[in-house]
Amino acid sequence: MSASHAELRGVSKTFPAAGGQEDVHALGPVDLDLAKGEFVAIVGPSGCGKSTLLEVLAGLTAPSAGSISFEGRPVKGDVPAGIGVVFQEDASLPWLTVWDNIAFGLRRNGTETAEIKRRVREALSFMGLDNFAHAYPAQLSGGMRQRVCIARTLVLEPRLILLDEPFGALDQQTRLLMGDELLRLWRTTGATILLITHAIDEAVMLADRVAVMSARPGSFIDMVTTGWGVDRDSRVVAATRFGELTARVWTRLREESLKSLGRGAGRVRVPAELSA
Amino acid sequence: MSQITLVRVAVIAGFVLLIEALCRFGAINSLTLLPPSEMAAHLLALLGSGEINAAIVSTFSNVAIAFVLSVTAGFAAGAVIHALPRLRRLCDPLLASYYSVPVFVFYPLLVSLLGLNRWPLVAIGFIFGVTAMVIATLNGLDRVPRVLLKLARVHRMSRSAEALRIVLPAAAPYLFTGGKLALAYAFIGVIAGEFILSGGGLGYAIAYAYEAFDNRTMYALMLFVLIVVTAVNAAFYVWEQRLLRRRGRA
Repeated sequence: MSASHAELRGVSKTFPAAGGQEDVHALGPVDLDLAKGEFVAIVGPSGCGKSTLLEVLAGLTAPSAGSISFEGRPVKGDVPAGIGVVFQEDASLPWLTVWDNIAFGLRRNGTETAEIKRRVREALSFMGLDNFAHAYPAQLSGGMRQRVCIARTLVLEPRLILLDEPFGALDQQTRLLMGDELLRLWRTTGATILLITHAIDEAVMLADRVAVMSARPGSFIDMVTTGWGVDRDSRVVAATRFGELTARVWTRLREESLKSLGRGAGRVRVPAELSA
Repeated sequence: MSQITLVRVAVIAGFVLLIEALCRFGAINSLTLLPPSEMAAHLLALLGSGEINAAIVSTFSNVAIAFVLSVTAGFAAGAVIHALPRLRRLCDPLLASYYSVPVFVFYPLLVSLLGLNRWPLVAIGFIFGVTAMVIATLNGLDRVPRVLLKLARVHRMSRSAEALRIVLPAAAPYLFTGGKLALAYAFIGVIAGEFILSGGGLGYAIAYAYEAFDNRTMYALMLFVLIVVTAVNAAFYVWEQRLLRRRGRA
């Protein structure tokens, strides 16, 4: 990992409110540096501005203040070439087959047919979707549809992949296995990855660094370096260090989560048998 | 053929056979209703003689023109209204109460504006159908998932590419429904207009036969209109089901 691949400086976002209410200060100010080839996860309480941060970094939303750059160039107004985004919601195109969904971006940017075939076949195989190339998204499970979306991003060979809770709709076992797939993809492509997630264990298992965000307006309150090797997989959950890291993240996050629920930590009643 | 389709066909066939039997055995007076077999036989004779060719061409060309105009103008108007929220707020109550207006009262006005030719009929069909298409377009555009619009931006698509590759296909099921309604309304508007106020077309031919006590021609023409409208709707239905099945919504 070397030079800064993407950076945010003093970025904040305020959404104007309708109907005479107060504006919503959703994010920041935050600073973040992503080194080339680094895997960073962001965890934070609901509504803390995690997805807003991702959209600002992608160029999908303009910041209210601060600056963003990707590969040394400012991000303004448009999504720069080289950035791929996987959304939390199902973004598969229901009128296209799995094959056509995955080939969608390649056809858009004028890639040659033979190259499209090669990349789509590779992606289908990588994502375990070989037998579903001609199926429509409606015929697939939620997890498979999300794999289609990841594959569609992957074939474009982005240098920075932004993932907004991509496994949010999946069960725990599938999440772990998809996490392994994601790590394999990261190792193979060497891309920089920013993962937004609610799941502390997922963040600790996958990332080189885990950024912990405060309640809204979100800012970073801790940056935890996991220290895993590049060849890690879901088996790290059995390591003692995994427990220590998740405990540290949760300790920082607990107070913030209570704030986002509108309750201070001191006002939470702890059962007598637990407080003893 | 699926079991449900078989049941559907059997119910219709049973109903037709029941009418046939009631007419043949005198339970229904022949001045009231003819046996379906006789209607069909007379229809074949009419088609064979070429007697109603001009009426068929006139009615269906009017319906086709009214349908195409309704769909294109309805879609364009829907897209413009969707893009302008203030205009939308202005139009919403008007669109909601549109079908309470008895459009046929405007026929004399349409004749004086457009002349005594096909265009007042086309206008009636158009006025009936266009609003269904406007409402369907607004529904469709409202329901394009926001995440797909973000996807278009991630793929750095131009506005026109976004409209063609993302918005239109995503809204297609709703646009399809609008098209289906526009066609039904075009048929209703044109044929009813011919029936009441025109001097040509299938609607006029039915009214003429009715007034001349020519039951055989009247029922034969009614059967013809029924068969054509059902066939066109069935074709649309099959197409729509195929579209929806792909999307897991059928």
